[in-house]
Parts: sequence; C-alpha cells; structure tokens
Amino acid sequence: MTIDMSQFFQVFFDEAEEGLAEMEKLLLAVNVSDPDDEELNAVFRAAHSIKGGSATFGLTDLTEITHVLESLLDRIRQGQMALTSEHVDAFLAAKDILKSMLDGHRHGTTVDLDAVGSVRMLLQSFSEGSAKAGVAVARSELAPELISRYRVELPQLAARDIEALEQELGLLGSTQKMVGEDGSCVFVIDTAKSADSIVEICSFLVNTDDLKISQAQATSSREEQQGYGFFAPFVPQDATDEERGYGFFAPFVPANATDRERGYGFFEPFVPQGDIEQAKPVSADQIETEDGPALPIAEVASEKKAKGDKPATAVPESSSIRVGIEKVDQLINLVGELVITQAMIEQRTGSLDPMLHEHLLNSVSQLTRNTRDLQESVMSIRMMPMDYVFSRFPRMVRDLAAKLGKRVEFVTHGAATELDKGLIERIVDPLTHLVRNSIDHGIELPDARLATGKTDYGTLSLSAEHQGGNIIIEVTDDGGGLNRERILSKAKQQGMAVSDNASDGDVWQLIFEPGFSTAERVTDVSGRGVGMDVVKRNILAMGGAVDIRSMKGLGTTISISLPLTLAILDGMSIRIGHEIYILPLGYVVESLQPATQDIKDISGQGTVIKVRGEYLPLIPLYQIFNIAPTFTDPSQGLIVILESDGKKAALFVDDLIGQQQIVVKNLESNYRKVAGISGATILGDGGVALIIDVAALLRSSRQLSDESVFS
Amino acid sequence: MSDNLSKNISGFGEKADSSGNEFLAFTLGKEEYGIDILKVQEIRGYEAVTRIANSPDFIKGVVNLRGIIVPIVDMRIKFQLGEPTYDQFTVVIILNISGRVVGMVVDSVSDVITLLPEQIKPAPEMGTTFDSDYLIGLGTLDERMLILVDIDKLMSSADMGLIEKLAA
Repeated sequence: MTIDMSQFFQVFFDEAEEGLAEMEKLLLAVNVSDPDDEELNAVFRAAHSIKGGSATFGLTDLTEITHVLESLLDRIRQGQMALTSEHVDAFLAAKDILKSMLDGHRHGTTVDLDAVGSVRMLLQSFSEGSAKAGVAVARSELAPELISRYRVELPQLAARDIEALEQELGLLGSTQKMVGEDGSCVFVIDTAKSADSIVEICSFLVNTDDLKISQAQATSSREEQQGYGFFAPFVPQDATDEERGYGFFAPFVPANATDRERGYGFFEPFVPQGDIEQAKPVSADQIETEDGPALPIAEVASEKKAKGDKPATAVPESSSIRVGIEKVDQLINLVGELVITQAMIEQRTGSLDPMLHEHLLNSVSQLTRNTRDLQESVMSIRMMPMDYVFSRFPRMVRDLAAKLGKRVEFVTHGAATELDKGLIERIVDPLTHLVRNSIDHGIELPDARLATGKTDYGTLSLSAEHQGGNIIIEVTDDGGGLNRERILSKAKQQGMAVSDNASDGDVWQLIFEPGFSTAERVTDVSGRGVGMDVVKRNILAMGGAVDIRSMKGLGTTISISLPLTLAILDGMSIRIGHEIYILPLGYVVESLQPATQDIKDISGQGTVIKVRGEYLPLIPLYQIFNIAPTFTDPSQGLIVILESDGKKAALFVDDLIGQQQIVVKNLESNYRKVAGISGATILGDGGVALIIDVAALLRSSRQLSDESVFS
Repeated sequence: MSDNLSKNISGFGEKADSSGNEFLAFTLGKEEYGIDILKVQEIRGYEAVTRIANSPDFIKGVVNLRGIIVPIVDMRIKFQLGEPTYDQFTVVIILNISGRVVGMVVDSVSDVITLLPEQIKPAPEMGTTFDSDYLIGLGTLDERMLILVDIDKLMSSADMGLIEKLAA
C-alpha cells in the first residue's frame, strides 16, 4: 500500500507558511533591547517545527537554513547572546528566503540560490561571531548551562607566550592559570566554546600534539557546583590512573605528591595528608560511577526547566484545527436552513394563544435564541479578522521606507473587523499596491516634510470598519496629496478627454486609468503606471468600489468598499402592495409619515420631502419596481429615510413590517444581476424576498434628479 | 464522506447505457416535448413565486428551493403554448444546467421514455415554435412524436435572459 504523501505535504506547507508568518509578526514586534523570553521562544518554536517538518519530508535545503537559524535563535534565547537589530534583520531575511524556498517546493517557482547562500552565511557568521559578546552576558547574569570546563595542559613555554595565551583564552571564558616551575602551564577554562577553538588558539604558539585538553563536566548551576561540582571538574576523559588522582585534586596540592606532581600543583599546599589518603581510593573508584549520575542530574535539572515551559508552549499549538473550506460551507448552508425552519416555526406558533400554549411558546423562543447563537458562531468560522491582512504590512512598510529613505509610522485601526475568508485573500494584492503607492508617492522625504511644517515621519494608516452591509477599508497617508494639475496635464498628454473644471472626484478617478502614472521618475517600487487600474479592476470584480479623497499638502485617503457576501445582514422588511422587500438596516436613518404640506413637487418632474428643514428627493419604489401600491400619496404611506455615501433620500413605501436578521443569498448564482436589487433572502414563511440595493437606488435617483435640474 | 456522496449521485446518472438515451416527456399545449433526463434535478408542484421587478413576463420570479434561490420560467408564456394557469396540477421541472438551477413551468409531465439513436430523426428546418438551433431532433415512439429539445442550449441562450452575458 502506498501512502499519498501529497496531502501531508500540503499540511506541512500550510503549517510552515503559518509558522513563517507568525515568526515575522513576532520579530517585528520584538523589543530588541529587552526581548521577551516568551516571544523568543515562540520564534524558536516556529523555526524548530519548520525544521522538523522539512526534515521529515526530505526538504534538506529548508532544513539546513532553519537549522542555522534555530541554533542562532537558541543562543539568543539562552541569553548567551544579546539580541541586536542586525539579528532581527537577518532573521527577517531568513524568513523571506524560507518562504521563497517553500514556494519553490510548493509551486515550482525559482529560488534565488545566491540569496539562500548569503543568508546562510550571514546567520552562520552571527552564530560564530557570537561567542565574545555572548560569554560576557553568560558570565554576568545567566546560568551557564552550556559552559564546559576544560583543562588545558601545555608544554614548556616562554612566559610571554603564556601571557598571550592567557589573554586569548580569557576571551573564551573565565580562565585559571597554573604555571609549573618548569615553565609548563595548565589552564582551567570555563567556556561555551568547543575544545576545538581552544586548540585553534593554542596552535599559534604550541604544537597541537603537545597539547592536552580534557573536558570536565558542565557546571550547570550553583547548587550543583556545591554538591556534585566536587567531582564534576575532575573527570579528564583521557586521563591515566595517575592523572585521575590529579584531576580530583586539580587545584590543590596533594601533600604526598611526587616531585613531578608537585610541579603541577604547587600552590595551596594546605590539604592534610589524611584526607587525601581517604579521598584517593574513593575518587579512583567513584569517578567512574559518579561520573554517570552526575550527568543525569544535570539533565533532570534541564528537563525540569523544559517542563516548566511546557504549559505555555502547548496551548498555542493546539488552539486551532485545520478544516476543509467546503466542510465549513456545507455547515453554513445547513445552519442557514435551520434558521429558516426555525423562523417558520416561530411564525406558525405566533398565532397560538399564549395562555394555552405557554410551554410551547417558551420552547420556541429558546430555540430562536439558540439558533441565532449557532448561526453566529458558524458564520464566524468563515470570517477572518482583517488582522490577517494588516499584519503583513508592518514589514513591508519598514522595508520600503528604509529603501526610500523615508520615515513612516504605520498605524492600523479595526484589525478585528471580520471579513469573509474569500474576500480577505483577494484584498491582499490591491491593498499591497495601495500601501506601496502611498509610501512611494504619497509620503514625502523627511526634509520635504519638515519644510512644509510637518513632522519628519509620515503616518500611514490602514483601517477597516463595517458600514451597513459593506466593509470599508481605507489606506490613508498624510503626504503631499494628489496633484490635480499634474494629473490633468498628464491625462491630456495621453489624449484623454478631460475638462479643466472636472470635479476633484472625477480627476482622482483618472489615476485608475490603464497606463496612467504621474510619477516623475519610475522607481522599482512603483510609478510604471500599471497597478492602479488593476487595483480598481480587482475591487470591482469583488463587487466593491474605490473612492479617493485627497487634499493637496495634507494627504490622500483611498477608500475601498466591499460587500459582505455571505454575511448575515440586519434588514428591515417593507411592504409595497403585496410585495415584501428588505432594506439593509445600515442605510436606514429613520422612517416617518410625512405631512401633506411637507411634500413638494419640483416642476412636475420629481418630488421632494421636507424633513427637519432638509429637502430630500422622494423615491417612489412602486414606480421603480412597477408594483401596484396600496397608496400613491406619500402622506398616507410611510417614508424611510436612507443614507448612502453621504447622500440622503426618502423612500416611499406602504408599510414597515419589521426588523430581522437575514441571510444574504446571491441572486446571480442561478439568475442574473437585477437592477436595484443586491440579493435575496428567505423569509420565515419560506418565501423569497429581494434585498434592495440602496446605494444603487440612490445613485440612479440622483441622476434622475440631476437631469431634472439641468433640463 | 461528501466525496462518496457525490460519487453516488453521479453514478446514479451514469446508468444510461449505450442502448439508448432517456428523455423526460412533457407537454406544452398540444405538443409533446422531450428533454434529456440527466438535466432534470426534480419535479415539483408550482408554488408562490417572488416577482422580480422589470423582468420579462415569462420569468415568473424566484422561489426558495431548500435554501437556493431559483428562477422560474414559464415555457407556456415564452412560447405562447397552452394556457398559463396555476393550480395544484401545474408542474415545475427543476433543471440543473451546468451547475445553475432553473425551474421550468410546463402543462404536464407524462413519462420517461428511452429512445434509441435510430428513433431520433433530424428536426425539419421549420415548423416548430422552437428555433431549430435548440432542437436535437424528433423522437418517435409508436404513435407518439416528441420534440427533443437541447435544454442546455435553450436555457443558456440570450433570448431566455437567464444568464448574464460574460462580456458584462
């Protein structure tokens, strides 16, 4: 039986991608001067799990880079190295490389191998160059878990050389020097480096064959040093029996030592002979046995530490599950059905006598509550916070600003605003483009900003909010604003038909024309004139709209409005004749019954209604939708004041029925777009009601009224 | 699990073997028509529709079919055949045309018949209300003659106005 690996690959790719995104987010947030241990651990975990995964799938290139990254991270999180902003930059570069390698494996895109190599070199150079700075930190404040004690025996050397060596070795860690009468010398060094680096240093002065280096046990904690440490430093791995006795007493002078021995340890001759006699046999036997236990104890200690970390690490790992999107959609459909069924029951029971059927009615109202809760939770599965999109930008802004020599402060608002997953994924590219534009063209260089009396750093803000049935995403910069004259002259240059007194709004829309760029020079960031038209096209394809507001010298706001497909909408049901329509509640300001004297006809073409001193155009829905109404006189029916894009209008309806949450169904999936209708929903009785496209209605009626004014 | 389900459903449809094609026979006025049974999702009674403003009169409106909004076309109005009356005997054939669900009102549905390729004769150039582009041919079974309609083509055609032109 063969196992289909591809599905596991997919899972790994997804996870790795998430891990990388998480890593980037953490790295951008990390406080370089005082990094939070938990954050560093999280970054390390992300790198570690990518390494593990890639090794499992045999993606060795990924494994190699993550390994280097991981070891560097490990040193930093152990406190052997101080985190610097260079490190953060290197990590970010490594993240990018990993992402590109991942894409290479996943989509077969080409990977820049030179970049891979250079990032790897960079990381390696960091982890090697780390020792000097690192040991200082380790020595001063942190438990030197990885520090080993080496005993270095050197042959006869000149005093000058010994001093030089002492200095060199001192850079590795704390050293103790013992010089013999014959000029031979022993160093005991506590260092994080391997024995090889000691050999390296010594090899400048000493023939490496004459060098004897033996490793003693790690002195991992103070407690251990007191208890077990007694044995710890005394285990020369390749020591002879005679030397073992030595090792035991290394810093002491055994009173019964031979002359030669005395030569080695000539200081501190205070140890009484008796003790030595006793100690000696013990040491000889025990070293072999004790040497075993000593190690496990150190391990237990570190295990304890690891266990202490566990609760914190385990929680984020199991806090989400991976589910196919079609399963979620199926669930959403089913719940939608349930909601409708529940509404039917509610409607049927509405006519029952509350006295006789108290229990039934109570149960039904409980069902209503539960269904609504269920629906909300199910819908929220598909919804994702805008943070998912916003979190990609700090990095981009940082890099771009640095590249362009600008100072940009990046702010986000409404990152918790939720949007359907499908839309979230499609909004990333247009937003990226807009942000890039804002930094490149919008925000000025620090000098230019200071000259116009602004702060030297520009502010770029991304915001998202719900407005009625739409989500509004805005990219705002406080830069120079759009240059009306330049856009107009450029448009004329390109042979577009524009008039000099076009409204600002119309002028700004010109930048969405294909091939239009007002940038004086093309940078590799933007300015080629491709892009804004693509942005607009993408947004229109999502059923959204783009709007620009700009003030010269004050900045530009590009506002994207997207519909919330799949959303539950708060709707108000209205009746005209026998037909029921839904108005999205977000557009509804108020409803009232107008007095006859407030209704005015304008030259027989249209009607306006005076509401609190304001004249609003009246939209008779029965005329637009060709319905036989109950009332044709607005003063007998009701008007609903609607507002969209800052414009108000009064919609004339027969009656208001009520307010309810509705599930928006797409009319176009089986039919086609209908003018003035944005979708459909299913009512409690199982019938279909159409949702009025208020924005379009106001737009078209405005055109009507404009025409009537000018004609 | 859902994979299995969809496989079962499609497997059900694949029963039509090479010995002949199955057609659903229905009547419009006095004429008997046949459509490929595989395009038919279900047959339902006529229920109240929600009118769509400013749509052609043969598009009766939309109904809720288990949570899906389905447009209903009255073929009797579209082709001026029979009387467009709506009562408990009025039948709606729910079609599934390449993923889009459309309801079609007809006078009655009679049966499902199997026609061998040799029983299908090419349609004459004229003589039916349907544009011959939308006809597969004429099927004969004993004394009956069925006008076989290429329902895919008909429902996707511009004069039905059900599907927005892709250029838009």
